[in-house]
Amino acid sequence: MGLLSRRATCNTHGQDSSYFQGWQEYKKNPYNEVNNPNGIIQMGLAENQLCLDLLEPWLMKNPDALGLKRDGISIFKELALFQDYNGFPAFKRALVDFMGEIRGNKVSFDPNHVVLTAGATSANETLMFCLADQGDAFLLPTPYYPGFDRDLRWRTGVEIVPIHCTSSNGFKVTLPAIEQAYRQAQKRKLRVKGVLITNPSNPLGTTMARDELYLLINFIEDKQIHLISDEIYAGTVFTSPSFVSVMEVLKDRNLDQTQVWERVHIVYSLSKDLGLPGFRVGAIYSNDPVVVSAAIKMSSFGLVSSQTQYLLSAMLFDKKFTKEYMSENHKRLQKQQKDLVSGLEKAGIRCLDSNAGLFCWVDMRHLLKSNTFEAEMELWQKIVYHVKINISPGSSCHCIEPGWFRVCFANMLESTLKLAIQRLKSFVSSIAMKSQSHQELKSLRRKARNNWVSRLSLQSFYDREQDTTTEVSFSYRPHFMSLSNIAATLDAAA
Amino acid sequence: MAIEIEKPSSVRLSKVAISKTHGEDSPYFAGWKAYDENPYDEIHNQSGVIQMGLAENQVSFDLLEKYLEEHHEVSSSGKGAPGFRENALFQDYHGLKSFRQAMANFMEQIRGGKAKFDPDRIVLTAGATAANELLTFILADPGDALLVPTPYYPGFDRDLRWRTGVKIVPIHCNSSNNFQITPEALEAAYQSAESMDLKVRGILITNPSNPLGSTIQSSVLNDILDFAVHKNIHLVSDEIYSGSTFSPSEFVSIAEILRNRNYKDAERVHIVYSLSKDLGLPGFRVGTIYSYNDDVVTTARRMSSFTLISSQTQHLLACMLSNHEFTQNYIKTNRERLNKRYDMIIQGLKKAGIECLKGNAGLFCWMNLSPLLNEPTRQGELELWNIILNQVKLNISPGSSCHCSEPGWFRVCFANMSEQTLRVALQRIHKFMEQRKVCSVNQ
Repeated sequence: MGLLSRRATCNTHGQDSSYFQGWQEYKKNPYNEVNNPNGIIQMGLAENQLCLDLLEPWLMKNPDALGLKRDGISIFKELALFQDYNGFPAFKRALVDFMGEIRGNKVSFDPNHVVLTAGATSANETLMFCLADQGDAFLLPTPYYPGFDRDLRWRTGVEIVPIHCTSSNGFKVTLPAIEQAYRQAQKRKLRVKGVLITNPSNPLGTTMARDELYLLINFIEDKQIHLISDEIYAGTVFTSPSFVSVMEVLKDRNLDQTQVWERVHIVYSLSKDLGLPGFRVGAIYSNDPVVVSAAIKMSSFGLVSSQTQYLLSAMLFDKKFTKEYMSENHKRLQKQQKDLVSGLEKAGIRCLDSNAGLFCWVDMRHLLKSNTFEAEMELWQKIVYHVKINISPGSSCHCIEPGWFRVCFANMLESTLKLAIQRLKSFVSSIAMKSQSHQELKSLRRKARNNWVSRLSLQSFYDREQDTTTEVSFSYRPHFMSLSNIAATLDAAA
Repeated sequence: MAIEIEKPSSVRLSKVAISKTHGEDSPYFAGWKAYDENPYDEIHNQSGVIQMGLAENQVSFDLLEKYLEEHHEVSSSGKGAPGFRENALFQDYHGLKSFRQAMANFMEQIRGGKAKFDPDRIVLTAGATAANELLTFILADPGDALLVPTPYYPGFDRDLRWRTGVKIVPIHCNSSNNFQITPEALEAAYQSAESMDLKVRGILITNPSNPLGSTIQSSVLNDILDFAVHKNIHLVSDEIYSGSTFSPSEFVSIAEILRNRNYKDAERVHIVYSLSKDLGLPGFRVGTIYSYNDDVVTTARRMSSFTLISSQTQHLLACMLSNHEFTQNYIKTNRERLNKRYDMIIQGLKKAGIECLKGNAGLFCWMNLSPLLNEPTRQGELELWNIILNQVKLNISPGSSCHCSEPGWFRVCFANMSEQTLRVALQRIHKFMEQRKVCSVNQ
């Protein structure tokens, strides 16, 4: 039998990661309020399900959009035949307007610079194919979305070199961290073609500050490389600071129409902001006509269904609707996030301060047995299998500090969120009790040992004083040793 | 004092991005451009270019529209709120089970029940374009080769080679035996690859063939499969025109061949299908890979993340294709209409003194204009093609863009226009041929 390709047989699809394993476990035993109340609650999937009820009335009021009609007349044939990779013009126009709206209209986008792709997954991979050769590298701040390991590397052969961020400064990107990553790439003899950021960040749920963006732009200018800004969560910013797109920063610094302008590319999608991941709508936005041209041709391998383009062009064209939708979306996200954060706080668990996204970056370092990834995995397994909540361990996001977890909140009802928080609270209490009794046991042991030790030394002192040291010390040694044994047994039982 | 520093050139894009392997400089695409700039319209632009270079099926739309009229709940949110919501969230790369089931049934119906398809072996992709590229990524490494019989669909140069880095080595076929694939040609292609130090990973056939418009005979399919077994390589059968055979009995799928062999050696066989040609829905991006190899199915499914079908589209088509009465009628009527069109164009071309390869499937015919060439070369063919495009105002596809080794053959599509437009096209050809006769008589 002919073998399969190296790509087919390697592990770069990344599905052995805990990120996906958690999903598998959830699928085997999914929580359902009625049918399976003891099942696993899915908090490892960044989906926005909070506003789908708003889409339905719009669809009822606009039956032509779903019914493939225009002014009541069927345009089925026109849509069925439309496979132009330049995309449905009305849809691209509506999409760029929507993107501008999300950025407070501080930047405007040209529909001719948009390439439509079947989801951001496809957009990110396509950009890799356009900007990098096999064996080149992109620098990515950690922690990052686990899917990037597959999307950016699998079929492209491009490498990811991490820019390590830490909790010391809220996981912000710093110049030393970027430079360190660049040096690391050089050591590995990898040619760096660019930096890829996710802004707002997945898994952090934070927007990038202007100074971070300045830093990155300066760096790519200096190194003459690309910057990809994956902005698929731009519409999920529910509280201040408001979202600043990299395009805005370029404009502010009068860098539009310069070379660096052509090296900055945005990835967008309707999967998170509108909550429509099933429809596979992604986009690449680039100011480099060569990139646009190459990416458009490549989009042949993943075009957006014309049926879907038509539906969404009608929906996004209704600006009154999208404004209301986004406003309500922000309100609901903010409330759900607040519920999660305060619920976790009551359980003694803190989260990174966040203002965006569909998840929180949760600090469970204090619950680890040791400051190691093994301990993180142990904790994660307990949470999945015993607490029955699927969350994503920081290690699957390449975080260098053990103990952080991404917990999603926008893909469930309020009641489910409450239940999840309750389960976590109970879990934390049980650990606290265990560790309290363990502590008590430990301190008892310590006291007991101290007593013995002091008596031992006193005794030996006395014995020495009586000049029968050997015999006396020997006679006490067995006791001392057996006490150590007892201590060891207690430790093992904890 | 300012120092002028020469700005270094912008950072390079990838080799893939700047290569020409996307193939869009081919006359195949140049002809489309000419059409785009001056498209024929029955009323508004009667002297425009008639598009006969695009293999689209427009003969059976009324059947689809009728179905949608009678079942408008299928494309509305009438199923109730939960329907739309679930659909919008559904991004599982396994694909909608109901849709895969419907596709499996449809594929079986097309093959007259002579083959069975397991819905769990179906992997969904956004079009056959994606399916072919995906399979290439899975079956071959960069620098390896796939053997493809000529003439072949020009898009393969991009789909199989561009991002994958895989090479195509042609299996040369010629008119001496109606362009059938022979064991000798297979062996010659294999040797050719070896001599170039290329590792052959598989053969890719299109059955029914594009651009020939004919089905591959059972004996030839057996020869090809035997060859693949002997060399221990894969066999991909692109069957996207299987529903466009004029007579159901004339199409033999590789699935049938395997069934007859009790599925021995099946794990090296993979079928590509799509609804773009048979149902005339290229805009909806519906392709599938059907593989008898579990590892290929698993890997293809994971890779399909890059090219999933919109769940909205999956839902619509799941409903449509699950309607047995509809599909039976559609398949039958579609075949009849295509057959009628084919007869019409063949008769028309014959009257104009032009012969075509005997066809029995597809949306095009393979026309022989070699007697008209100034010189029996690729250059001669392109000169003739230019005249037909710019003077006769017909966009047809030159055989050289399909890598045909014999100059003078052209692919002419007939299913992407009304009967009236086809008549106009035939009149123009007739006139052109008359003028040429007059010219040659006067010489």
